[in-house]
Amino acid sequence: MNRLSPFNVVSLTLGFVFLYIPMLILVVYSFNASKLVTVWAGFSTQWYGELLRNESFLDAAWVTLRVAVISSTIATVLGTMAAYVLVRGGRFFGRTLFSGMIYAPLVMPEVITGLSLLLLFIGTGLDRGVLTIVLAHTTFSMCFVSVVVSSRLVTFDRSLEEAALDLGASTFDAFRLVTLPIIAPAVISGWLLAFTLSLDDLVIASFTAGPSATTLPMKIWSSVRLGVSPEINALSTILIGLVTVGVVVASLATKRAAVQAARDEQAAARTA
Amino acid sequence: MRRAALIAVPYAWLLALFLIPFAVVFKISLSDIALAIPPYTPTAKDGIWAMLSQLDFENFVFLTEDDLYWKAYLSSLQIAAVSTVLTLLVGYPMAYAMARAPEAWRPTLLMLVILPFWTSFLIRVYAWVGILSNEGFLNQFLLWLGVIDTPLTILNTPTAVYIGIVYTYLPFMILPIYSALDRLDGSLIEAAEDLGCSRFKAFWLITIPLSKNGIIAGSFLVFIPALGEFVIPSLLGGSGTLMIGKVLFEEFFSNRDWPVASAVAVILLLILVIPLVLFQRNQQRQTEAGA
Repeated sequence: MNRLSPFNVVSLTLGFVFLYIPMLILVVYSFNASKLVTVWAGFSTQWYGELLRNESFLDAAWVTLRVAVISSTIATVLGTMAAYVLVRGGRFFGRTLFSGMIYAPLVMPEVITGLSLLLLFIGTGLDRGVLTIVLAHTTFSMCFVSVVVSSRLVTFDRSLEEAALDLGASTFDAFRLVTLPIIAPAVISGWLLAFTLSLDDLVIASFTAGPSATTLPMKIWSSVRLGVSPEINALSTILIGLVTVGVVVASLATKRAAVQAARDEQAAARTA
Repeated sequence: MRRAALIAVPYAWLLALFLIPFAVVFKISLSDIALAIPPYTPTAKDGIWAMLSQLDFENFVFLTEDDLYWKAYLSSLQIAAVSTVLTLLVGYPMAYAMARAPEAWRPTLLMLVILPFWTSFLIRVYAWVGILSNEGFLNQFLLWLGVIDTPLTILNTPTAVYIGIVYTYLPFMILPIYSALDRLDGSLIEAAEDLGCSRFKAFWLITIPLSKNGIIAGSFLVFIPALGEFVIPSLLGGSGTLMIGKVLFEEFFSNRDWPVASAVAVILLLILVIPLVLFQRNQQRQTEAGA
C-alpha cells in the first residue's frame, strides 16, 4: 500500500491546509496592532498585555483549571474501572445498559446532558458552583477515558495476568503490578483527554455552573458573541501554543518509550 | 466481592448522573411553568396522586402548535445529514491517503489530524467568524483574485454552519476510517488487480466494504452530536439558521421556560434513540471483534 498517487497527495495537502489555515490566521492576527482584526497594522504584543491585566479572565482560568484537574482525575479512576469491567467483567446483570451508558455520552448532544444535569441538581437542592461542574464533567469524561483504556485492554495479552495469578499474586496485586504498568500509557492519555474536554466545555458548564462560578469558555463565549476581538485571538494563541507543546512532548515521549520497550525485548531475547 | 464493588461504583455513578437526570427531564416536561425559581411547579410534595394528576402533555401539544419547533427539528436533521456526508467526502480521501503513506510518515500525519481535536472547540469555531464575514479573509482573498466583484454573504447562513461542522468534526471522521483502512490487507487489492479488476473497481468492491465499520462509526460520531449542536449555529449560523440545540438553549436561558425546554429535549432524545442504539451496537461489535 506504500504508493501515494497524486490524488492522495492533493487530498492530504488540501485537507491539512483546511485544518490549519484558520488557526494560523488567529495566531498571526493576535500580534496585530489594530483593533480591527481583519486589517493588518503592524506587529504588536499589546493584546497579550491587556489579557494578562484582565482579572476576570484570570479568575475564570483558575476556576477552569481547578475543575479540569479534579474532574479528570476522578474520571480516570472511574473510567479505568469501567473499562476493566467492560473488557474483563464477563457477564453480569445489566451489562447492556452499562455499555450503553458508556457509549451514549460520547455522542450525546451537550444541550441535553447539560439541561438534564441542571434539573437534577436543582431537584436535589445542590448548590450550583464548582462542585456541580466537576460532577458534570466527571460524568461525560469518564466515558471517554473508558473507551481509550478499553481499546488498550482489548489488545493486551491476558496470559501475563494469568501468569501472575498462577504465581500466587492476588487479583489486586496482579492488576497493580502487571496490568496497570502495561495500560499506563492509555490511562495517561485518558486523563489528558478528560482534562482537555473539561477545559474546553462551554455548554454543559453554562447549564451547571450557576451564577457563582464562571469558566474560561463561558468568559470567551460572552465576548465572542459580540464579534471578533483581538484579546480573544491572543488567548487562543496561548491555548493553541500550550496544546501544541503538550501533544508534541507526549508523542516524543511515547516514541521514546516504544524504542526503549523494543530494546528491552531484544535484550530479553538475547539473554533467554 | 471485589468484582461486585468494581462494577457497582462506575455503574452507580452513571445511573445517578446520566440516566436518572433523563427521568427528571421527562417529569419536568410534563409540568406547568411557574413564575418562581425554579420556574416550574414542583410536583412531588403533595403525594404521588396529586403529582400525577398535575402532569399533562400540554408542553408537547404546545410544540406541535408552534411550527418553529417542527422547522427547527427538520432543519437540524437536514443540516446534520448534509454535513455528515460532506465530512465523509473530505475525510475519506484523507484517511485513505494516510493509510497509503509510507510507514515512517504515519505517526506525524496522525498527530496532525489529532492536534486540532485537542485544541479548544470554541476557538476553532470562532476562527471562522473572521474568515467568513463580509470583510473577512475569504472575501478579501477572492476579491484580490478577481473571482468576485462584491463580497459573498457566507456568515450567518447555513453554508457557514456546514463549513463549521465539517471543520470541527473532521478528526472524528478520519480516525475511525483510518484505523479500519490501516488494518486492511493490501494483498487483497493486489489479488483483485491481478485477477483483472480495474483500480477503481477494486477500490469500490474491496476497500469500501472493508472500511464500512470505520465509515459507520465516523458518521455517527459526526451526525449525532451535530444534530444537537449549539455553538456552531449560534456563532456562524446567526438568525439565518434554525437548529434545535439553539432553540433549546434560548428557551431555557432567555425565555426561562424550563418545561418547554425539557419537552424539546425529550423529543430530541426520542429522535436520537435509533442512531444511538445503532452506534452502540457498532462500537460493541468492534470491541468484541478486536478481543
